[in-house]
Amino acid sequence: MYKFFEPNKIFSITSRAPKYILILFVIVLTIGLIESLILSPEDYKQGHSVRIMYVHVPAAWTTLGIFSTITLLSIFGYIFKLKNFFLISKSLAPSGFIFNLIALVTGSIWGKPTWGTWWAWDARITSMLILALFYLIYLLAWRIYENKEQVYKITSIITIFGIINVPIIKYSVDWWNTLHQPASINILSKSSIHSSMLFPLIIMTAAFALFSLLIFLMKYNTELIKIKNKGLDRL
Amino acid sequence: MINELLSMNGYGLYVWSSFAFTLLCFTSLYVVIKIQYTKEKNKFIIKFGTLNSEKASFAKSQGTIKEILSNTSNI
Repeated sequence: MYKFFEPNKIFSITSRAPKYILILFVIVLTIGLIESLILSPEDYKQGHSVRIMYVHVPAAWTTLGIFSTITLLSIFGYIFKLKNFFLISKSLAPSGFIFNLIALVTGSIWGKPTWGTWWAWDARITSMLILALFYLIYLLAWRIYENKEQVYKITSIITIFGIINVPIIKYSVDWWNTLHQPASINILSKSSIHSSMLFPLIIMTAAFALFSLLIFLMKYNTELIKIKNKGLDRL
Repeated sequence: MINELLSMNGYGLYVWSSFAFTLLCFTSLYVVIKIQYTKEKNKFIIKFGTLNSEKASFAKSQGTIKEILSNTSNI
């Protein structure tokens, strides 16, 4: 089964996929933008400012998903000595970091008309900022350390410490009194969001997921070519 | 209609700046990764071109290298 994850086998797929994913992403994003900016209704309390939700929430979901994936891959990679898992993790991190940044900035912009302030040291916002720092440290570790074994170990440790923060982000709105509203969408129970708002949110989430897949594939291909470049030097 | 869409009852600045920031981040990240990819690919093509025929045929027999050489403009 592990042979399936060998770079030689994967590259034949990853080198062809980006152009199709880019086309699909542009189509889904266009539909998502029309839905979220024009067709979806305004909120009875928040007015049109609720439209920020269509970029803020998908960015937050995607960044949390990517960090959890990076952690799982790093742990499995370290236990089973699968170097390709580290390569996949490294390629996922840039889009995860950018989505974290988008969630923080759009959350701050949304905070001004809703709470009357750009920033508050509230549990949800602060824990999201901490996640951004973990992403930053993770990305820096790949740049700083040149010894592969050392970088695998250090990045795995960073993700293990960082993953502790993920449930804190998720449950911070329930555990503490925060300015941030509780979750409106719940997989296990009935969501409090109307379908006219849920549909654009799902479309935008799909667009964000496609973009992260596109960036991941491009970055992964770059990393593979980098390895092959080093291989050519040794010939 | 257009004015209404832009102003959004006074929330336009917040909404449009959020979407603009998101799209700017998307574009910047895509461009940066694309530049890195093109740079590595060009480096590879130059390095491969300097190999003698024996080394080149050995390198070409490796799966990934074949793929890189056959996909010069895949993104």
